[in-house]
Formats: sequence, structure tokens, C-alpha cells
Amino acid sequence: MSEPMELKQRVIRDVTVAFLEAGRGRPLVYLHGGFGLTGHEAFIGHLAERFRVIAPDLPGFGATELPRSWNVVDDLACFGLDLLAEFGLDDALLAGSCLGGWVAAEMAVRSTGRLRGLVLIDATGLKFGDHLTREITDIHAMGEGEQVETLYADPSRARRDTAAMSDQELAALVRNRESFALFGWKPYMHNPVLRRWVHRIDVPALVLWGEQDRMVTTDYGRNWAAALPDATFELVRDAGHYPAVEQPGASANRIISWSEETVS
Amino acid sequence: MRVWHFSEMAYPQAWDIGHRMGTFRVTVPNSHYDPVIGADIYERHFAEYELCDELGIDIMLNEHHSTLTCTNAAVPLAGAVLARTTSRSRLLLLGSPIANRPDPVRVAEEMAMIDVISRGRLEMGLVKGAPYEVAPANMNPARLMDRFWEAHDLILKAMSTQDGPFNWESENYHYRQVNIWPRPWQQPHPPVWITALSPRSGRAIAERRHVAAALLSGGIAGAMFDGYRERAAELGWAAPPDRFAYCGLVGVGHTEEEGRRRADEVAGYVRTSPIVAEPFTNPPGYNPIAANVALLKMGPTAFGARVQTVDGRTIDPTRATVQEFIDARTVFAGTPDQVFEQIRTFHREVGGFGHLLIMAQGGTLSHDETCANLRLFAEEVMPRLDTLEVPENRWGEHAERSAAAQ
Repeated sequence: MSEPMELKQRVIRDVTVAFLEAGRGRPLVYLHGGFGLTGHEAFIGHLAERFRVIAPDLPGFGATELPRSWNVVDDLACFGLDLLAEFGLDDALLAGSCLGGWVAAEMAVRSTGRLRGLVLIDATGLKFGDHLTREITDIHAMGEGEQVETLYADPSRARRDTAAMSDQELAALVRNRESFALFGWKPYMHNPVLRRWVHRIDVPALVLWGEQDRMVTTDYGRNWAAALPDATFELVRDAGHYPAVEQPGASANRIISWSEETVS
Repeated sequence: MRVWHFSEMAYPQAWDIGHRMGTFRVTVPNSHYDPVIGADIYERHFAEYELCDELGIDIMLNEHHSTLTCTNAAVPLAGAVLARTTSRSRLLLLGSPIANRPDPVRVAEEMAMIDVISRGRLEMGLVKGAPYEVAPANMNPARLMDRFWEAHDLILKAMSTQDGPFNWESENYHYRQVNIWPRPWQQPHPPVWITALSPRSGRAIAERRHVAAALLSGGIAGAMFDGYRERAAELGWAAPPDRFAYCGLVGVGHTEEEGRRRADEVAGYVRTSPIVAEPFTNPPGYNPIAANVALLKMGPTAFGARVQTVDGRTIDPTRATVQEFIDARTVFAGTPDQVFEQIRTFHREVGGFGHLLIMAQGGTLSHDETCANLRLFAEEVMPRLDTLEVPENRWGEHAERSAAAQ
């Protein structure tokens, strides 16, 4: 791994944003999933061996502010585009996991002007089946134990000791859960409009999927790849919904080799 | 003191399955509901409410969804029935879960119709709704209270505007022609009630001068009422008892044993109501961040309902005895003398209140037993409640100072 990471802060259009930054090279912006950035540090460290990684806490998550009026995923998408501009990033890779993948796709539909490629990791955001088919598991209808079973190939990788956490860390956990609901409650974790416009994503995409994902299955992931104009689909073994957490090295290596083959 | 009777119109015939599944809400398939039995349940409860009309007891209704503990799934429907079949009782709908209703103008129309049909007997309850109501409604639990207060404002404006239509385009609700027909009988709108648990909520209700109702827990009631009184005093008025309501279970009998036996059956309601599958008990964003942090710090013991007794013990309502419920002020039970004394003590403890909501039916208590319970309460307890001395308002002087400074 490269240099140690500390959470930095930067104001982007009146929103104080917390973010991790590490490494040098082509910029790669990484957007976390619905339960926040915690646990994704090792993955970011691996990516930082090849890229300049910028991984913000999305507004409402972790330590980043949530403006009072923001309540739809469009807000996060436009925020993400502002972030690319604020950092002056060009030819960047944009990667996102779960909710972060959805946000990344929403950004790319609006503009790929600063992007060289898109990486969707077990991303939500689309609905492919009919109205009676639930493709995205209702995580909010599960107790914590069942959630962990659903999200991880090996539930022991999800262990967290809330008794040992500071009030600030606990508040971040609670904020993450609340913001996950705010942006993804209804329609549940997808935007019916997005599917009509994914053809606008005119950069190469890697769709990376945990083989044991029970939140959004590999079939859903293949549908995501098929919906994009230029996408490669790859599985990560021994990983569930968060390959970045369960297989940080393997997941980062897939992204590095894909970028070498496709966008270098 | 006004007395109101309340029942959830439970479906105890399926409670075995609720116990087996570990939840009485959201996920129990309705194959366990028999509409023929259901029709008899509605029949008896409407008859009991009509008895209240004869006895001089007012009527309270509520609604819950997808549950074996309450088959009143649409409070305006039950209210509309009783608006026609009663003539004296006031009709308290406590209430409409307005943050879960997508169309607040429709709520205003329903309430206005009941107010007109009943010739001005409606009391309009607007409630947040319990956490497990979020799933059946599938409304976003994040920022639910923002929606609640906005719906509240819109409903009151719809009811009190007579030179409409008016426009309402906001974050949560969009209308261009709000102009309800009928408008309500009571002007500018029927009295508003809101249920609350915390002192903070009590303060918010005080700012609107509505009636604040506490349900089933004496410990919660006192602090919430005090929050209301304090905020009222800051705003320059002394909140009178008629701004406060408390709902408790009642079992009254000719003997202590008979009263407690009735209360034990009514308590079937509080013993089953909190049995809810974990994910539906605390949806994301429903509770404030600080409250959720406190829950996480408590660890696994945080889950499951708890009730505090007045001497600081914590009881599990799913298995508490009648005596424990009496100690928590959840239940008033025994002979008429004993019930009156329990109410008098509680009334003094919480600084007084003007409305007593009695759950004289709950759980498995039969129709005949319920009627006997109601009659005895109306004849032997209710007349004495008007003799209760109103405790001094601790914030009275504060209110005078604030008013003088304004």
C-alpha cells in the first residue's frame, strides 16, 4: 500500500465534504455504497498503487454534510459532477459500489465530459423485471443478522463492535442508514427514468460483481452490463454485495487490469 | 374531565399465529383472517361505541395496518359509520397517520365530511404513526416529521380557507386547486389532537395549542406534558388541563377480582401490540440520530418494548401482570373506588389532564363484559372525575412573565 490515508475536508459549493485521497496517476473517484465508506479503506489503498484515488463521503453519509433540501439521487449525481469539476479532474475513472454505482451511472448519463471510464460494482439503480418481481432485496425488511447474511459471502467479515465505537462513529452509522433510506426508499434503490438514458454513457464500463451477492444477484449485474453500450462483466469470487470489502486486493486488481486493457 | 372509550377492534382469533411467527404486524398473511368473524368483530365494536353514546362517554378511534391487533384499517370509515349511528358523543379520530397518507387534501375532505355528518362532533387527530406503519404505507421514514408538519399545515389551511381555490406547491405536496367541499361544520376547523412520546414533541404541539395525548405509559406522559407546559409558558400562556389527554386500560368490577380479571383480558392488547419483527420496529430516519445512537450504545437489549413503572422498574409489556401495569399507570383496575383512586393519584403525578381515554375493551374481553365494564365506569367512576382537583401549573408564573414581556 502507498501512503496512509486521512480523512480530508473540502468545501464544494457550500457543502463541506469529507474525503479520502491517496496515490498518484490517473484520477479515480470512488463512490461508496449505502452503508458508507468504512471498511473500504484497504480497497482504496490497493487502487492507490496505480491511481490518484479520491473517495468522498457522499452528502448525508459519514462526515459529509447533507443540505436540508436534498432528497433525491439527482442531488447526489449533480454533486458528483461538481466534485469532478472542483478537483479539476479530467480523463478520470469513476467507480461506485451499490448506491455509489447508481450515483456514478446517474452522473455519467448527465455528462461523461471528464470521464475516461466507468466501474460499477454491484450497483443498484435500474429495474429490469416486471412489477411483481423484486430484483433488489428489501434490506430494510431484515434484521441486522439477516442483512449481514444477505450482503456478505462470509458474514464474519462484517463484524463490527458498536460498543467500541465513538459517538461520532455511531452517529455516522446512523446517518448512513438514514440517508440510504432518504435517497433509495421509493422507488426502491432505482430510478425508472435512468434506464431510458443509459445509452448516453459513451465511455467503456466495467461491471464487477460479487459472485455471492444476494442483495442484487449476478443476473441483475449481467443485465446492467447488457444495458450499457460498451461494458465488460466480471465476477469476483468469494465476495457478496461488497467485493471491495471482502476481496479488496482482487477487486482492485480487476479494475487495474481492465483499465490497462481498455482505457490506457 | 371528558372520558373517551377506545378499542383497537382486535382479531384475537389469529393471535396464535402471531405468537408462532414472532410478529403481530406487517408479515402475517391475511389467509388467517376470516371475513365472517371480521364482520362480527366490527358489529360488536360499533354496538359498544353506540352504548357509549347512551352512557355519555365520548368515542375514540384509531387505525393500524396489516395487523392482528387492530382491524380498524381506515379511521375515517369507522368515524363515518359512527357519525350516523350516534348523536351525542364527540368523535375523536386519533388519528389519521398523515405522514403516511400521500394526499393530505383527501384527509381534509374525509375529516370535513365526518364533521358535517355528525353536526360538529369531530375531534381531528393527526398522528405520526408507529414505526411499523411505515412498511405497509411504504412512505419514506427519512424526514417523516417534515412531511407530518407540512401535511398538518396543508390540512388546516384546506379546512379553514373559504375563498379558495389556493395553490400549494412545496417539497412534499403539489396542488394547484385546493378548495374542499364540504368545509367543516366547526370553524375555523375541528379541534386538533396529536399523540406524542417525548418532551420535544410536547413542545412542538404547544406551539400550535393543540391537544397532546400520551398513550399507555405514565412515565412518558408526565415528561411530555411538562415539555408542553414549559413551551406554552415561554410563549406566554398557561396550558390548561384540556390541552392534555391520557389513554389507559380500564378494568372495573363490582369486586377487585372482577375488575382485575377484566383488565387482564383488556391487557391482551398491550401484551401483543409490541410483538413486531425487528426490522419494522425502527425504520431508518424514523427516530432522531441521537436516539438511535443511544440505542446502539445499549446494544442488543435495546430491542423490544419496555415500560417504566413509577418507582423506576422496567417491565416487559408482553408478559407483565395487571399489578405491574397498574404500577406503570398503563392500567387502572379494581373496584370503582380503587380505579378512581388510581386515576386521582396519576392525575396529580402528571400535573392534571382534561381527557381520559379509556380502553375498556382490548384483547379477548367479550362484548357482554365490555358493556358491563363501560356501564360500571360510567355510573361509578366517571361522575367522580369532575371532582378532581387540578394541580397547580408549575409554569403559571413563567407564563405570566412571558405574557407581560410580550
